[in-house]
Amino acid sequence: MSNSKILANGVDVYYGSKQALFGISMDIKEKEVTALIGPSGCGKSTFLRCINRMNDLIDICKVSGSIKVDNEEIISEKTDVVSLRSKIGMVFQKPNPFPKSIFDNVAYGPTIHGLVDSKNDLEEIVHSSLKKAGLFDEVKDRLNEPGTSLSGGQQQRLCIARAIAVNPEIILMDEPCSALDPIATAIIEELIDELRLNYTIIIVTHSMQQAARVSQKTCFFHLGELIETGETNKIFTNPDNTKTQDYITGRFG
Amino acid sequence: MNNSVAKEKIISLRKKRSLEDMRFKYYGFTAMCLSLAVLVFLLYTIFSKGYTAFQKTIVLLEVDYNQEVLKLTPDSSVEEIEKGKFFRVKKQAIENFFPDLSKSDIKLVKKLFSINVDNEIKDYFLDNPEVINTKQQIWVTAHSDVDQLLKGNSRRDVPEDRRKLNDIQLSYVDQLVEEKRVKQVFNNFFFTKADSRHPEIAGVAGSFMGSLFTLFTVFILSFPVAIGASVYLEEFAPKNRITELIEVNISNLAAVPSIVFGLLGLGVLLNVFGLPRSTPLVGGSVLALMTLPTIIIACRASLKAVPPSIKEGALAVGATKTQAVFHHVVPLALPGTLTGTIIGLAQALGETAPLIMIGMIAFIPNIPTGLTEPSAALPVQIYLWVESAERGFQEKSAAAIMVILIFLFMMNAIAVFLRNRFERKW
Repeated sequence: MSNSKILANGVDVYYGSKQALFGISMDIKEKEVTALIGPSGCGKSTFLRCINRMNDLIDICKVSGSIKVDNEEIISEKTDVVSLRSKIGMVFQKPNPFPKSIFDNVAYGPTIHGLVDSKNDLEEIVHSSLKKAGLFDEVKDRLNEPGTSLSGGQQQRLCIARAIAVNPEIILMDEPCSALDPIATAIIEELIDELRLNYTIIIVTHSMQQAARVSQKTCFFHLGELIETGETNKIFTNPDNTKTQDYITGRFG
Repeated sequence: MNNSVAKEKIISLRKKRSLEDMRFKYYGFTAMCLSLAVLVFLLYTIFSKGYTAFQKTIVLLEVDYNQEVLKLTPDSSVEEIEKGKFFRVKKQAIENFFPDLSKSDIKLVKKLFSINVDNEIKDYFLDNPEVINTKQQIWVTAHSDVDQLLKGNSRRDVPEDRRKLNDIQLSYVDQLVEEKRVKQVFNNFFFTKADSRHPEIAGVAGSFMGSLFTLFTVFILSFPVAIGASVYLEEFAPKNRITELIEVNISNLAAVPSIVFGLLGLGVLLNVFGLPRSTPLVGGSVLALMTLPTIIIACRASLKAVPPSIKEGALAVGATKTQAVFHHVVPLALPGTLTGTIIGLAQALGETAPLIMIGMIAFIPNIPTGLTEPSAALPVQIYLWVESAERGFQEKSAAAIMVILIFLFMMNAIAVFLRNRFERKW
């Protein structure tokens, strides 16, 4: 049995006066892939963005309750958001490489955090991150070309490389494959499976097949509530809740 | 039956819709043609009136550089030459300009020459000091009245008392033309001299430099402030009543008449702070205040146009807010920001009213060399020349308009160049 990495307790989120999440409590284990599924607007992305405090960017968004990462409370005024985010990487729905070279995209994180002292170290981090993201062989000859010149799937892997370059422990993925074709999706799914060995991964997905393929744990959200959470196998074969049953069999959502 | 009626209705409606389409296309086309025609007419008027200003009339004059008359010796130093009696040489040259001139005729002939001839005789000597005690044929600037007559800008068929040149002078000019002792050349004075009371030696160099110094001041003052203000408002400011109020007031400020800013400059910068009157420093400060809102609005628009995903990406790898903004958002917004700034500067370049209020309308016969020296500015110069009674200033004002238009055109070209150069796709 592995340890708890993230422990959420009674997380409420409001957008202005509208409540988006209702008392979410969840226990996410280390070095596992946890999938968050549910129909659109059920709050799974909102929950994901609570974990690295991305919701701070939205002025009207208010988060209460408790989320502990490695037993440290992060929903607090005192939390150092910058160090939290360097510990928790994030990959977005639409690939968003910086309009810079491939090399600079990956090098940006290590540079601002001062993780490297020399150019050689930086090169090594960039190369190893691109290798871990399975992109290195495709781009090794054109590291100075703009990141935006890559294909969608390559851009998304570049974003994954950018996230792992700062050596995070957790990677959040917000529908990372929704803008990609099936082949690029398969490559990313394979990659997620490899990354699981070193990172704790939380992935929001609309595709139940994807959740079934890549995750060990699955959480089902509906209308801002966490309906059911458990082993992926169990959720997809024998869920406890009828709503979960209805959703995965395609009766709604 | 019903079906075919409905079908006909649909077809007639479709015809009507495509007609509407055509009509609108032609409306647009006509509107465009109309505005182009007005523009062409405007440019034609300016050009046809102003192109003669790029030429000046010069007259061949025989000058005797006699050392007795000049009170110089072949070994005189430059300082001594500067003090040489060149006006006496000129007087002599004019007395001998035509054979057997009477005293009253000499006076008339003298008026055919520019006031600047003394200087030209001296400059020629400074360049060629070996001509001392020799007679030289040199080309000197003609008076504006001769210039205008030969360019056909002033008519000779009006009664003598309504002409600048009387009948005797006209006959002299005709004689000069016949003897080919007069010709028209490129008017370098227009580009190298400052304003003058005498049209033939008035130029735009002074007001051009004044405008350049003014724009420099505007840029130095407004660009950093505008960037700071717009970045703060767009990225850092909390969204509350006070920021909303500030935003509304920035838009309002952009619409405040420029003369009000001129009054502000007069009341505060000149009277309270005691800054020097008529200088590019004060003019630039006033125009900076005037253009700030325009630049801030443009900056904010281009900051807003940067996709938020870029900032999110930077924040997600652990950049601080300042890093995310200055490493990613601001560089991406830079082309738009620069374009906005140049548009603001172009607006400042053409502004006249506030400069009149702070005294940049004064007659300044020198080319300014710094921010705190009194100077004119191009639009004010145009205003001054249009107002002048001498015919010679008419073509000058049209030509100055051409200069300011070319200046504006170049600024816009720079804006387009910068936008294309720095624009990056994402």
